[in-house]
Amino acid sequence: MATALPVRAQVPAAGQATKQHASWSPYDDNGGTVVAVAGDDYCIVAASTRMSTGYSILTRNKSKILRLNPKCVVASAGMQADMETLHKMLHSRHVTYQFNHRRPMSCPATAQLLSNTLYYKRFFPYYTFNLCAGLDDEGRGAVYTYDAIGSYERVGYGCQGSGKELIQPVLDNQLKAASPLVLPQQQWLSSLPLEQAVDLVKGAFVSAGERDIYTGDDVEILIITKDGIRTDSLQLKRD
Amino acid sequence: MSIFEYNGSAIVAMAGKECVAIGSDLRFGVQLQTLATDYKKIYKIHDQLFLGLAGLGTDAETLSQRFAFKHNLYRLREERDIKPSAFGQMVSATLYERRFGPYFCQPVIAGLEPDGTPYLCGMDSIGAQETAKDFMVAGTATDSLLGICESLWRPDLGPEELFETVSQALLSGQDRDCLAGWGAVVYVITKDKVIARTLKGRMD
Amino acid sequence: MAQAGGFSFDLCKRNEFLEARGMKGPGFTKTGTTIAGVIFKDGVVLGADTRSTAGTTVADKNCEKIHYIAPNIYCCGAGTAADTENVTGMVASQLELHRYATGTQSRVITAMTLLKSHLFRYQGHVSAALVLGGVDFRGPHLFTVYPHGSTDSLPFCTMGSGSLNAMAVFEAGYKDDMSKEEAMELVARAIRSGVMNDLGSGSNVDLCIISKEGVEYKRNHEYLQGKTYERQFPQRFAAGSVPVVRERVYDIRKAVTVVEGEPMEMES
Repeated sequence: MATALPVRAQVPAAGQATKQHASWSPYDDNGGTVVAVAGDDYCIVAASTRMSTGYSILTRNKSKILRLNPKCVVASAGMQADMETLHKMLHSRHVTYQFNHRRPMSCPATAQLLSNTLYYKRFFPYYTFNLCAGLDDEGRGAVYTYDAIGSYERVGYGCQGSGKELIQPVLDNQLKAASPLVLPQQQWLSSLPLEQAVDLVKGAFVSAGERDIYTGDDVEILIITKDGIRTDSLQLKRD
Repeated sequence: MSIFEYNGSAIVAMAGKECVAIGSDLRFGVQLQTLATDYKKIYKIHDQLFLGLAGLGTDAETLSQRFAFKHNLYRLREERDIKPSAFGQMVSATLYERRFGPYFCQPVIAGLEPDGTPYLCGMDSIGAQETAKDFMVAGTATDSLLGICESLWRPDLGPEELFETVSQALLSGQDRDCLAGWGAVVYVITKDKVIARTLKGRMD
Repeated sequence: MAQAGGFSFDLCKRNEFLEARGMKGPGFTKTGTTIAGVIFKDGVVLGADTRSTAGTTVADKNCEKIHYIAPNIYCCGAGTAADTENVTGMVASQLELHRYATGTQSRVITAMTLLKSHLFRYQGHVSAALVLGGVDFRGPHLFTVYPHGSTDSLPFCTMGSGSLNAMAVFEAGYKDDMSKEEAMELVARAIRSGVMNDLGSGSNVDLCIISKEGVEYKRNHEYLQGKTYERQFPQRFAAGSVPVVRERVYDIRKAVTVVEGEPMEMES
């Protein structure tokens, strides 16, 4: 799953090649999977809580979700150190925004901010794979999916991280939502009732936990509605 | 680029109650260029035994011919069709013979044993056998197919349900792979008939 | 096409050419494994997990890693799945023939020598890391065989990606002259620690207990965890949910039925 990313140290200054340790990389993949599903009046965000490197588990209980406000969260998989930095940065930008505007940042605005933040490090990217999710200004579920350098798109559901190949077709199969950019316009928000959507997300995580060695231990599930954020959890296999 | 991604393929096999199904996509391409959309990756060994070959097309063709040849010799000597489990062993031995210069193929074997029990088996390209009671996948979209199979498969599916499940899994799985797709073919093997169906899929 | 045996290298040149053109070779199924063995009072206990991996995905959730070598000898395998499978199979056949020729029980050291000489011949390219255990007329034996052909003879040993997890348990809990139950518990605990803490190992615990009295192969001795959630709204597909373009049905009932009867009288 590791996408090849440019490493700054690999670009030598003109005329002289810099030497570096052959196997050293500034990046590490700590694994983990995040999923988000948007409905008519809800949004579900779920993330596995295992953090690992290589063949070892570093912790079984690491949250990958940043709760900015009751209408918007950011979930990231990839490298933990970059995720921590990114979340800290977004949190502080959100605090500043509230001082300036006297209201929490909306979900579409956060999505644009996250894109800018990622692209700012275009040539030494954060090794994170993000989802921004919540409710938009009309109260509908919103999910934004990103690549590591800030290209983003609003979608009906999204999935990132080590188990994305395993989970994406499951969501495709059951939600069958096209991109909102497709013409003629199609239904792209999930029409599933909330309980069924939660059931689908749990089922997808159990499937991914069976086959992906980096997805396991627990799943943290946030259910975002107009009344605020409700949490749910699911235990996965610990092997 | 991996040599397995030169032509692209998606193969799924699933076991049901006294039946098995095996399906593949229909795309034949060279890297990102699609050349044909009627290229099956499933080969019939005999009425109750089908072999799927994912990976490099040229090797798949060569291997399918070698297996057909070996099965013909077996039939001449033994005067019967080969059992799927024995065939699996033969495929494994054939691939391991080339341990240090392998055929770039990943086989999936689906068949019914003489007593009617389903037999499913898959291998890597050097013949490490892996028998499964539920499903087996191979090709460029293995992760996608594994994920969807893991959530759709249930024990004891009848032939019709099994067909729907395999087809849904195959279509959803290959839609997330740009090297496989363009329709699909599914064979359902039961005790007294084989049903071959060509599916309509996304053509992009 | 007909060959005396051994490997065929006729595709090597082609594959080398392809690799030079930037085509990566295939990844093989590995058993990123925890395997372990321990000698107890009157025998050997071998243990293994049951996960096989292809990269970071699980290829097989319940594979068998304790291989048969002889009626009194078994062998756990880690490394490339095809290699462990075949190298143990080859040695098992050689010993079978040897028993036919000599009429004596196979010795563990014979199996070990056959394994190491094969592995050494291939200079580590046949990547099998093995834990070999058995009981012969000289008593219980336990060996580790490394991919390059070197061997160790130890009272307790571990191999695979979870070997450190398992060895930690052994170092803490090993005693000389354990009872069978103690040894089984210790090995199971060692494998469990690999299953839980090493991502390359997983699923269930297999055990194999070999003593002078015979062999107990306990497949899935411990079934650790099943799926943790059942869908409340499982997806069911009605007939016709997939668009079918063409359908063909082949009747494969045999046209000729063979009826068993009395054999015909033959004149001599």
